[in-house]
Amino acid sequence: MNGIELPLWVTIPGTLLLVAAGLLTLIGAMGLVRLPDFFSRMHPPTMGTTLGTGCVLIASMLVSSALEQRPVVHELLITLFIVMTAPVTAMLLMRAAVFRAERKRDEAPRPTGAASVARRAQDEDVRTARPATEDASPDQKT
Amino acid sequence: MNAVFDYAAWFASLCFVLAMLLALLRMFLGPAAQDRVLALDTFYLNGMLTLLMLGIRSSSTVYFDMALLIALFGFASTIAFAKFLLRGEVIEP
Repeated sequence: MNGIELPLWVTIPGTLLLVAAGLLTLIGAMGLVRLPDFFSRMHPPTMGTTLGTGCVLIASMLVSSALEQRPVVHELLITLFIVMTAPVTAMLLMRAAVFRAERKRDEAPRPTGAASVARRAQDEDVRTARPATEDASPDQKT
Repeated sequence: MNAVFDYAAWFASLCFVLAMLLALLRMFLGPAAQDRVLALDTFYLNGMLTLLMLGIRSSSTVYFDMALLIALFGFASTIAFAKFLLRGEVIEP
């Protein structure tokens, strides 16, 4: 570290926090690759988003406080920002995915002919009031 | 004791870069568009963490500003992509 000796109260928690953050983030990314469908793939990266970022930022705060000989807390800005924006991002993505899945399910039996369209109209008589053309508004079913 | 901390910092950087590569793999594989957007989200977050690790290892504060900028732009881009997937348009008239 540029020849500056870090004190012991920085190195021990810093080491633990950095190792924990690396492992958590790596496990989250592996879950992103391995899990089968989108709705289960939403979950693992949030581990790296919240805990990994938090651990790295606390370690960064410790190191810069020890180097500057005074409390340095400007990493709290990133923490605050990530904590505020991660749920917003996740919720918007989830709503987009739900909307797209519903639209895909609605559009799937359409090219099979008039019989299946009539059967579908019998099943869901809510949707018969609407014309069968595409209607891309998301709040039509509620 | 500093050597142990250096090793931990290297290990964390390596983990973040590996996570970025895995997110890139999901971005290429992803069957639907929302998978790719989620992978992009993970990708920029891990890039931000890599920059923070660079800042810790070189003990300078320049990387902090870049990390904050990446967080801001990544949030804006993910919101824009999600809005586009949801409505077909980013800014509606």
